[in-house]
Amino acid sequence: MSNIDLSVPGLVPAQAATADRPALLLPRLELVNVTKRYNTLVANDQVHLKVYPGEIHAVLGENGAGKSTLMKIIYGAVSADEGAMLWNNRVVTIDSPAAARRLGIGMVYQHFSLFETLTVVENIALGLDEKFDLEALSKRVIEVSEKYGLPLDPKRTVHSLSVGERQRVEIVRCLLQNPSLLILDEPTSVLTPQAVQKLFETLRRLANEGVSILYISHKLHEIQSLCDTATILRGGKVTGTARPQDETPASLARLMIGRDLPAYQHPAFTGEATQVFAVEGLSLKSDDPFGTSLQDISLGLNAGEIFGIAGISGNGQSELLAALSGEVKTPRQMIRLIGAEVGHLHAGQRRKLGLGFVPEDRLGHGAVPAMTLTQNALLTAAGQGLVRYGLVSYQKARTFAERCIEGFHVKASGASAAARSLSGGNLQKFIVGREVLQQPKVMIVAQPTWGVDVGAAAFIRQTLIDLSRQGVAILVISEELEELFEICDRIAVLAGGRLSTARPVSETNAEAIGLLMSGLSSGTATQDAA
Amino acid sequence: MHLLEPRAQPSEVMKWLSPLIALAGMLIAGSLIFLLLGKDPLHALYVYFISPLTSSYGLSELVVKASPLILIAQGLALGFRARLFNIGAEGQLTMGAIFGGGVAIACQGMTSIWIIPLMVVAGAIGGALWGAIPALLKARFNAQETLTTLMMNYVAAFILLYLINGPWRDPGGMNFPQSIMFDGSTLFPILMEGTRINSSVLITLVAVLLFWLFQSKSLRSFALEVGGQAPAAARYAGFSAQGAIWFSLVASGMMAGIAGVGEIAGPVGQLNPNISPGYGFAAIIVAYLGRLNPIGMVLSGFLMALLYLGGEAAQIDLQLPAAITGLFQGMLLFFLLAADAFIDNRYRFGRTPKAAPAIATGQGE
Repeated sequence: MSNIDLSVPGLVPAQAATADRPALLLPRLELVNVTKRYNTLVANDQVHLKVYPGEIHAVLGENGAGKSTLMKIIYGAVSADEGAMLWNNRVVTIDSPAAARRLGIGMVYQHFSLFETLTVVENIALGLDEKFDLEALSKRVIEVSEKYGLPLDPKRTVHSLSVGERQRVEIVRCLLQNPSLLILDEPTSVLTPQAVQKLFETLRRLANEGVSILYISHKLHEIQSLCDTATILRGGKVTGTARPQDETPASLARLMIGRDLPAYQHPAFTGEATQVFAVEGLSLKSDDPFGTSLQDISLGLNAGEIFGIAGISGNGQSELLAALSGEVKTPRQMIRLIGAEVGHLHAGQRRKLGLGFVPEDRLGHGAVPAMTLTQNALLTAAGQGLVRYGLVSYQKARTFAERCIEGFHVKASGASAAARSLSGGNLQKFIVGREVLQQPKVMIVAQPTWGVDVGAAAFIRQTLIDLSRQGVAILVISEELEELFEICDRIAVLAGGRLSTARPVSETNAEAIGLLMSGLSSGTATQDAA
Repeated sequence: MHLLEPRAQPSEVMKWLSPLIALAGMLIAGSLIFLLLGKDPLHALYVYFISPLTSSYGLSELVVKASPLILIAQGLALGFRARLFNIGAEGQLTMGAIFGGGVAIACQGMTSIWIIPLMVVAGAIGGALWGAIPALLKARFNAQETLTTLMMNYVAAFILLYLINGPWRDPGGMNFPQSIMFDGSTLFPILMEGTRINSSVLITLVAVLLFWLFQSKSLRSFALEVGGQAPAAARYAGFSAQGAIWFSLVASGMMAGIAGVGEIAGPVGQLNPNISPGYGFAAIIVAYLGRLNPIGMVLSGFLMALLYLGGEAAQIDLQLPAAITGLFQGMLLFFLLAADAFIDNRYRFGRTPKAAPAIATGQGE
C-alpha cells in the first residue's frame, strides 16, 4: 500500500508544472521509485528518471548495474515490483511491448531479432502489430530510411546484410511507428568507429524533431559526444545525474564504478622474442551458410608479445578462433605451434603442446553451466596430472580448482559451486586462471572482458600483460578497440574473412583501425563506411 | 503464454525426490482407476504391489525380471547422459537373442561350459551391431538416433519372426513359430533351486559395479556428460563427439544384447516371438526413474519388475486386462516427467504486476 504514497509526490509537482511552464519542459517519461527484485537480488532500487522531449538521455552503468532491466520495464517486457511510470504526465501501466509501442515507445535491442532468410521488409512486417501491405510498406521503409540517413534496400535478404545494416533494419522498424521515445541498448558495440558517427548523426536528427532518446552504454566518450543528460546507475541505484559535456571521463567513471579507472603496467619484455605460433595461408570455408569464410590468413606470434585482432564479430572471428584452437581442423601445415605442424590436431592435442584458449562464450563453451568448478577445472586441465589410467582424481581436480579460485580472486562459494552461479566477471577470471595455471606457451583469448565488470576486466587485462612478459605469446581477439590499445603490442584487423597486416600500437590509432575494419573487404562491410 | 519459467537453481534434493513423487502420483491415480473399475482400491493396491512380495516365488521372480531391466538401463543411461537417445534397446535385445540363440542352435546337444560364455559374447556382438548402425548413420549423416534406433526395433523383430518361421523353426514344434527348447549347456545354470534365478544375474551384478566405477571415476564418462550438456565445451576440451556417439550406442546395444541372451538362455529357454515383454522400452523408464545413476537404477529396476509382477497378479486376482501393466508404467513415466518439469521450472500464476494497484489509484486521483 505504500506504493500509492510513493507515486503521489512524483505526480503533484508534475501536474503543477502544466499550468505554469511551457509544455516542452514536461518530461515525456518519468519513472518514480521503480524497484525490481529477482529473488534476493535488487536489480533496480528506487530508480527515478526523467526524459524530456528531444533529449538524448544516457543511462550509464557497468554490466549488471541494472540498465537493461530498467529499459525492459519501460518497454513492458518486465514488470516492476514497485513504483510508477508517467507518460506525458499521466500514470500508465505498460504490461507488454505491444502496449509500449502503442504509447510510442520503440526499442532497439543489443542483440537483433531478425530472420536471416527473410527480406528486410518481411522482417519489418513481422514486427508490426497492425495489418500491412508489403508493397506499400516497402515504400515507407525507403522513405523513412532515406529521411534519416539509414539507406536500406527493403528487398534484400537479411543474411546478406552487414551488422551495421542489420541494426538499421531494427532502427527503421522502430521509426515506422513514429515513436516519441526510442530506446537503444548498447547500439555501438557492433559498429566501426565510422559507422558510430553515422548513427550519431541519425540520432541527433531524430532528437531535433522532438524524439526522446534513451541511450544505454558504458562507453564514456560516446556519451560525452552524444548525450545531453546522463543518469548513472550503480548496483541498481541511481548514483547521480550529470551533463556529460561538463564532466570528464574520470569523473563519470567515478560515478559509474565508485572509484578511479584502473591504469595498466606495461613493463618491456626482456626475453628473446622468438616466433612460437604461426598461421600460414589459412583459408577455410565456413560450415555455417551465413558464416564468413577465411581467406588466406597469415600471422606470426612472438614470445612475450600481445597480438590484437580487431574487428566486428561476424567477420570471420568465430571461424578463425575455431581453426586456431583446434575445434575445427585444417590442413596440417597451415598452423604451427612451437615449430610443430598442428593443423590436423584437435583442441585437446594442441593444449598438450602448450596452447591455452579462452573462448568468447563463457557458459556452454568455456565452461559447462550446470557443472561445478571442480568439474570445469577438469574440462581442460585433465592433463595436469588429474587423470591416471583414464580414471579421474576428483580430489586433485578440486585442489586445482581451489588454487585457481584463490590465485585469481574468483568470488564463488567454493569449488563445488556451479559455473552458472558465478557472475560473468568471476567465471571469466576462473576460466582465464584455469588456462594460465596450465602454463601455456601460447594463449588465445577471445573477447577477454566481454560483459565483465570494470574491476574484473582490469584484473584480467593486467593478468594477460603479466603473462606475456613471462614469455608467453598471447593472441587477443576483441571488439573493443580501447581494450586492444590498452594491452596489445601489435594490432591487425579481421574484416570479411581477411586479416590486415599487423601494426605496432604506437604507429596506429583508432581511426586507422576503423578504416581497415570497413575497408578490408570489398563486400558488405564497405557500405558501413559509406 | 509462458506459463513455465525456468528456475535459476533447480533443487538437488527435489531431483532425487521426484521418483517418489511420481510413485505417489501413480498410486493415487491408480487407486482412482481401480475405483472407477469397481474394485476396492486398497485391496487392488495390495494385490498389485504387496502380494507379489509375500511369497518366496514372487521375490525370486522379482529378481528374474529386474535383472534384464537393470542391465539394459545401465547401458541406456550412458547415452542418455550424453543426450543420445537410444530407444532401440528392444531391437538390440532381440538381435542379441538371435545371435546368442544361433550359437545355442548350432551347439545343440553339445556339452561344454564354454557354450554359455560364447552365447553371451555372440549376443553382445549382435546387440552392439544393432547399436552400431544408428551410430554410423548419426556420425556420418547426422541422422536423428531417436528415429533410427526406434525403426531398427521393427527390423530386428521381423528378422526374428523370419528365422523362427523359417530356417530356425523347431521341426518338432507343431508348426509354431519358435525354435527348439534350449537345455543343458545352452542354458544359464540355476542359482537357487526351485526358482528361475540363474547365473545371468551375476552378469548384471558385475555390470552395475563396473558402470558405477565408470560413472564415478572415468574421464570418458565425464566427457560423455560434457558432450551432452554443452557440445561446444566438449569440442573445446578435445572430447570427440563422434567417439561419444559410437561409444554410447554400441555399449548400450551390447548390454541389451546380453540381456537378450539372459532371457532366451534363462526363463524363456528358446527363441519365440515373445522373448521380451517390452524390457527394452521399460528400461528407458528405469533409467530416468533411477536418475541415470547406476545404483539408483537398481532400485528403479526392482520397482519396474514389481509393476510387471503386479500386473500379472492383477490379471489373475482382479480379472483385469494385461494392459494394466502398460498403464501403470505409463502413469509412472508421466508423473516422473511432470515432477521433473516442475522441479526445473516454476509455474507462473497469471501476469498481474504488483505495481498495478498503485497506478490504478493514481489515475483515480
